[in-house]
Amino acid sequence: MTVATHTPTTISGWGNYPTQEAQVITPLSPSAYQTQLAQHPSVIARGMGRSYGDSANAPVVLQTTYSDHFIAFDADTGLLNVEAGVLLRDILKVTVKQGWFLPVTPGTSFVTVGGAIASDVHGKNHHVAGTFGQHVVSITMLLGTGEVVTTSPTQLPELIHATCGGMGLTGVILSATIKLIPIKSAFISQKTIKAGCIEAACEAFEANSNATYSVAWIDCLATGKDLGRSVLMVGEHADSGGLDLTVKDPITVPIHTPAALLNSMTMRAFNHAYWAKASDKKTQTLPLLPYFYPLDAIGGWNKLYGKAGFVQYQFVLPKKDGVANMRQILTQIAQSGQGSFLAVLKQFGPANQNLLSFPIAGYTLALDFKMSQSTIDLLHRLDDMVAGMGGRVYLTKDAVMREVSFKTTYPNWEQFESVRQKYGAIGRFASAQSKRLGLA
Amino acid sequence: MRKVLVIGATSAIAEHCARIWAARGDALYLAARNEERLQVIAADLKVRGAAQTHTYCTDLNDMDRHAALLDAAEAAMGDIDMVLIAHGTLSNQKACEQSVDETLTEITTNALSTISLLTLIANRFEAKQAGTIAVISSVAGDRGRASNYVYGSAKAMVTAFTSGLRQRLHRSNVAVVTIKPGFVDTPMTAEFKKGLLWAKPDAVAAHIVKAIDTKKNEVYVPAFWWAVMAVIRAIPSSRFKRIKL
Repeated sequence: MTVATHTPTTISGWGNYPTQEAQVITPLSPSAYQTQLAQHPSVIARGMGRSYGDSANAPVVLQTTYSDHFIAFDADTGLLNVEAGVLLRDILKVTVKQGWFLPVTPGTSFVTVGGAIASDVHGKNHHVAGTFGQHVVSITMLLGTGEVVTTSPTQLPELIHATCGGMGLTGVILSATIKLIPIKSAFISQKTIKAGCIEAACEAFEANSNATYSVAWIDCLATGKDLGRSVLMVGEHADSGGLDLTVKDPITVPIHTPAALLNSMTMRAFNHAYWAKASDKKTQTLPLLPYFYPLDAIGGWNKLYGKAGFVQYQFVLPKKDGVANMRQILTQIAQSGQGSFLAVLKQFGPANQNLLSFPIAGYTLALDFKMSQSTIDLLHRLDDMVAGMGGRVYLTKDAVMREVSFKTTYPNWEQFESVRQKYGAIGRFASAQSKRLGLA
Repeated sequence: MRKVLVIGATSAIAEHCARIWAARGDALYLAARNEERLQVIAADLKVRGAAQTHTYCTDLNDMDRHAALLDAAEAAMGDIDMVLIAHGTLSNQKACEQSVDETLTEITTNALSTISLLTLIANRFEAKQAGTIAVISSVAGDRGRASNYVYGSAKAMVTAFTSGLRQRLHRSNVAVVTIKPGFVDTPMTAEFKKGLLWAKPDAVAAHIVKAIDTKKNEVYVPAFWWAVMAVIRAIPSSRFKRIKL
């Protein structure tokens, strides 16, 4: 079996910060992953490089690009078995017309199944459906010992609970079976609700907790009585409209634009326009792709932040005192004047059993910051506030968190390490992020 | 539903073409050397919508088996509507320069085996007065260059052969499409440093499928390679021999 190797190249996550010189190896078959693992002391698996920070950065990465095959799909039960490098977008192209949809999807369809599992991604339905990992029936993975095993909630359960959300640190996910959900239409019926401040936004989430999908755009630059003003969007799968998935190729941002284009003035203008344009209680029908993945229409939108890159900061605060705490953090962000125009607020449902999974019951906020030293300083201040409030930061977006913040806010990290120890992962799978966070 | 024979089905370009045909619900007969990968790809294409998938494991340099391959494909699917010939290897030019055997093996893989297949397929399609034959040649066949003239000369033979075959079969209602990809980011080219001229196999495949649909004669993929190669062909030999290319 031939093994594809690449000359050293510069890689980074979606935020273009930080970068890393890496040997990117693209194995062609499961046995080629074993061969590569045997040849390198330490590796990390990498899919589309869509996590924002350094979680798929390492001197040697095993890229899953060529592991993009469907293995089986049962259109009667919705059980789908795919290799780890299959994109969520490709799944939709195959299954939507047969009446099946992803049980959980993040905000981009350009992620691999392996990445979705390793990040235990969540979507607009977290409050009712939980995370992606909760719909994974089984995972076949390569361990640090060179052994290939299958894990499920009943088979080596501790391994699947460490692997879902485990940032690739337990082994290389080779393939997985997931359970899709039935749909009658390729459309979503969406209702828009305007909320003038953070308290109103959280009340609106509460009032719509039965909705299948809910998410809010939030203006992080608004201050005073407008602090946290939001446009809440709730959605349900439509019953009609047919099952044809309209797929348009993205238009592409060709180069890094001057970072000056995105400054506090343009962002403020954007946020004002967005708020003014939204109309309260409006209902509309949208096709699946623009509803779930509005930014997928613009390929390479990450380049809009210029060469220095950006970080997306996503944290969650527990429900108790969540609204008041969120107000404190929003005040801090608004004062910094550094918040982005893409900020998203969502109410989470309960946490799951996966050891490093991010969501806990409460409120989560995600926003972009252009990369700079003052951003790093601000994020460290926010990390401390979030930790003090009993919250935590999403590892998939993290690029700067300190070890102490991680170990305080992810109390299961020691159990995670002991599972890694048991399955031969210690030292064999490591990323720039895992080293920064003090994992062995 | 069309019935498509894909030869060299594990090549990245062929695999991505087959995905497009599978999504259309075509029936696919897949021939290649690596049984393990052939099975993986067949299962994948079935899920992606192929009406049927069949596999045939063979070393395509074993030309005695070419007729048997075509017989098996016809036995499995009935009349074949279209053939894509996509197998090949990227020759190690330096190794070829030091070895006659290596050079002749590369010529066999990249030219002679294709010509053997084309000869057999042409006669079958000519007899039934229908069909489309698409062949992956290469921009490398447009002019021999020091860095890969063994591969290039094999592809030049394929390009010239298909040009003649296209003329011959035109009167028999059989289309011959010569495809000349430029740099494509595939396992075959993994060792190369990628730059702006490189294309992804899914984009290349979409272009190829369209060219086959519209029965183009000769296409450069992506299209800008036509201009690049026009310039390279226009350089006088007295000059060309001094350039490192």
